[in-house]
Amino acid sequence: MSLKHDIEFKLNGVSRCASVRVDMSALDMLRDVAGLTGTKYGCGEGECGACTILVDGLSLNSCLMFAVDCHGRDVVTIEGLAADAKADALRAAFVEHGAVQCGYCTPGMVMQASHLLATHPDADAEAIKRGIEGNLCRCTGYTKIVEAIASVSRTGKPGARS
Amino acid sequence: MKVAEKTKFIQPGTLIGKRIPKMDAPEKASGKTRYIHDIDLPGQLYGKILRSERVHARIKHIDTAAAKALPGVHAVITAADIVDQRPIGVAKDHLPLKTDKVRSLRDEVAAVAAESEQIALAALRLIKVEYEDLPILTDPAEAIKPGATLIHPEPRQPGGQDALKPSGPVAFTGKPDNIAMRFDYCHGDVVQAEAESDAVVEDTFKLHYVTHCCMGVSGMIADFDSSGNLLMYSNTQVPFLHKREFAEYLNMDPGRIRIIQPAIGGGFGSKLDIYPFEVICVFLARAAKRPVKLVFTREEEFISSPTRQPVLLTLRSGCKRDGSLTFRTVHTLHDNGAYTSWGATTPFVMMQTFSSLYRVPNCDYHTVAVYTNNPYAGSFRGYGNLQATFAVEAHMDKLAEAIGMDTLEFRLKNAQEQGEVSGQGMEFDSCGFKECLTTAAERSDFRRKFAENVKNRNAPGAIKRGVGIASMLHVGGGAKIYPSDGCGTILKLDDFGQVTLITGASEIGQGSETVLSQLVCEELGLPMSALTVVNNDTAITPWDVGVHASRTTFIAGNSALGAARLAKAKVLAAAARKFECPAEELDLRGGYVIKAASGEALIDLPRLMRNLHFSDKAELVMTTFYYEPPSSYQDKRYKGNVSAAYAWASQVVEVEVDTETGIVKMTKITAAHDVGRVLNRLGIEGQIEGGIVMGQGYALTESLIIENGVMRNPSFRDYKLVTAPEIPEIDISFIETMDGEGPQGAKGVGEAPAICVAAATANAIYNATGVRICGLPFTPERVYRALHGKGEKLYLAPEKAA
Repeated sequence: MSLKHDIEFKLNGVSRCASVRVDMSALDMLRDVAGLTGTKYGCGEGECGACTILVDGLSLNSCLMFAVDCHGRDVVTIEGLAADAKADALRAAFVEHGAVQCGYCTPGMVMQASHLLATHPDADAEAIKRGIEGNLCRCTGYTKIVEAIASVSRTGKPGARS
Repeated sequence: MKVAEKTKFIQPGTLIGKRIPKMDAPEKASGKTRYIHDIDLPGQLYGKILRSERVHARIKHIDTAAAKALPGVHAVITAADIVDQRPIGVAKDHLPLKTDKVRSLRDEVAAVAAESEQIALAALRLIKVEYEDLPILTDPAEAIKPGATLIHPEPRQPGGQDALKPSGPVAFTGKPDNIAMRFDYCHGDVVQAEAESDAVVEDTFKLHYVTHCCMGVSGMIADFDSSGNLLMYSNTQVPFLHKREFAEYLNMDPGRIRIIQPAIGGGFGSKLDIYPFEVICVFLARAAKRPVKLVFTREEEFISSPTRQPVLLTLRSGCKRDGSLTFRTVHTLHDNGAYTSWGATTPFVMMQTFSSLYRVPNCDYHTVAVYTNNPYAGSFRGYGNLQATFAVEAHMDKLAEAIGMDTLEFRLKNAQEQGEVSGQGMEFDSCGFKECLTTAAERSDFRRKFAENVKNRNAPGAIKRGVGIASMLHVGGGAKIYPSDGCGTILKLDDFGQVTLITGASEIGQGSETVLSQLVCEELGLPMSALTVVNNDTAITPWDVGVHASRTTFIAGNSALGAARLAKAKVLAAAARKFECPAEELDLRGGYVIKAASGEALIDLPRLMRNLHFSDKAELVMTTFYYEPPSSYQDKRYKGNVSAAYAWASQVVEVEVDTETGIVKMTKITAAHDVGRVLNRLGIEGQIEGGIVMGQGYALTESLIIENGVMRNPSFRDYKLVTAPEIPEIDISFIETMDGEGPQGAKGVGEAPAICVAAATANAIYNATGVRICGLPFTPERVYRALHGKGEKLYLAPEKAA
């Protein structure tokens, strides 16, 4: 129905090509073309953060980015974080601190947290709250998410509270 | 005989009360969990629904020819194509595809199945619908007046409908008025009690529209096999009720319907009813003879999901000079919306709070739920209790002030205690209410702050501090609202000492599978890693009534525990035969059969299980159920002990009110919850923190704006959920009353934490400013207007007719 365009980009460290509709979002491309469903659709208008990915090291809402704009860029999704030791610790912290309930916001939250810690390794609880402000969670009330991220931040206190 | 290996002793340990991470969390944190949105079937088509975009109109003509001709379109359906449609919902007043009329903006008019979402959307744009607008009715106070526009007129009335009539055994032929449901409850004599009261207060409260905002939007996949059996991938919270109801709507044998529940992106009560989109998805799959997947957009989720019940509520309460409550009279007007879902039945829960949270010797409660052209209301965590508690706790403060009594003392004087039976017949076998009150008050330094804030009300400075307390009562041991309440369990022990727990109870993110596993592992002396849970397929799991009413830990927990006990008895009996000793001298611990007295390990479980392999006496699959907990169905006057246990909580909310801007900042919440017993400390903290923040949203930021039936803010940009920087400091205490019927003493907790936040916030704002605000949410505009004498007009009292 619509025009297609060929793009070439790096996805989770691997170069790949894709033929995408020009009106397709990066989110739909990741989910429907690349088959990576860890990136979630929550609102489609950049308000909830469930679709957060890293593009050239910046965290952004993939629903607001055109797939064609991924051309020539380095895209990392939740699936790609598996290769990152720091992210392993973060994912483990989310599990151990009870930061996951329904889990639908979790991949986006982990992506945003990993970006936050990469850019602000000393983030304290207040900075973490501001850092995940754009990621909505309806289940947890955020407290345990903040605790999880703080536990792997350099200033955080590892381990659960007493 | 071989020389024994070095004797090994196993130390006692317990999983109960520990911080156990959720079993599904690693997959979820890695993005590997498959939600409905992530599942695609071979040959699948995409379904989309055309909604009315008119608030109230007659459908004159629908032209689908152009849509049908679009390449890639496999099916276009309207009501005319589905001759066997039957009305759905609690009152069976809702046809999935509308025939003669649309009654709200969300109404389904046509649907398309196509090879891609884009094609389906393009096809929707090609469907031409001709409407004739009808008068719009959106004010519930107008809806009850004689001569009001009728939303569901009977056929003989002007504008009467004939659409729902011919559809088979379950027919809805309209209503002579707009009254969807009525509830009238009473105990004692409120007239006499009022005459004997020293203080009487009355207020009208207006509770608003909010919606669930599950992060995962609604969706489903329907697929018929070549024999006509239906497989649904569904997000329902009630798979077994769904199966039966779908069978009724589709005129199928329930045995030919199978429901698989992928991981669910949030429930909160939103998935308790059958909605038109689900039935339409099945119709599309039937028409197209292909699997059809239908997933909402966020805007569609806002517009067509049910809301929390909006309520206009007038409460009149009295007490004596000594502080004892004398009576409560309640009239509520519920905006049902255009159709009836569970929201209409929230009075079942609301009246419990009015009649039984505190000892009230006389109580009169009346609800009228009326049809309007607004969105319809469903069930939502707390189920009417947020609204009822908001009113009751405002009056606890007002009455205490009227008689000059300390507000905490006043509550303690009237609080229910263990062993009491309330006026409505609820039996409080375990009750930590007073301990909740004193714990929350002491930990927050409530009394001192309360007095200090009153003194500082007129001090200079725009920021006023306030502290408020509110409490709640909610079912915590199942609820007999359906014809039955129970859960089945199958427990399978394999040759490697691994256990599979097959339970009817659904995991919706709340952590039930982890808690159920803990209960089983505790009984069998196994680590959590020995357990696998299967809980998502009606073809495999035993029956369960569904995730609602904070019932899963209690009901499914007791069921799982029963199965574990059966298994333990079998294993110990086999070990007793092997070691030629009485089974009573043995126990299971750390994956071993041990001597109970010394802890000496006799044999590891896998080896014993292999010994039993296919032997005569072995039966390694246990089946059991927990059915009909010791509670009773309410009688026609709504009296009876509806739950086997009750949850209690008190919460103290601290706020800062900026009197120059009306901004209310929630700084701290101190919560004390009677949960029976903490099973999983990590999980229960998460439930309470999440519930509190949901309550915070209800109190401060969330509001669906409906103007003339049109939703003005169907997006996260304009519907304000609480974000991370706004959360208060949260201090949680658990009051462990060890309920006699609860599994390991536990009671339900899922809904409780959301219930009293708004009520305590209202009291805190009053404490800070001396101004009582009876409407929600406490947005800056509403608070500013109230503080500066520009408050809304007093709300009209709901109908007081019997």
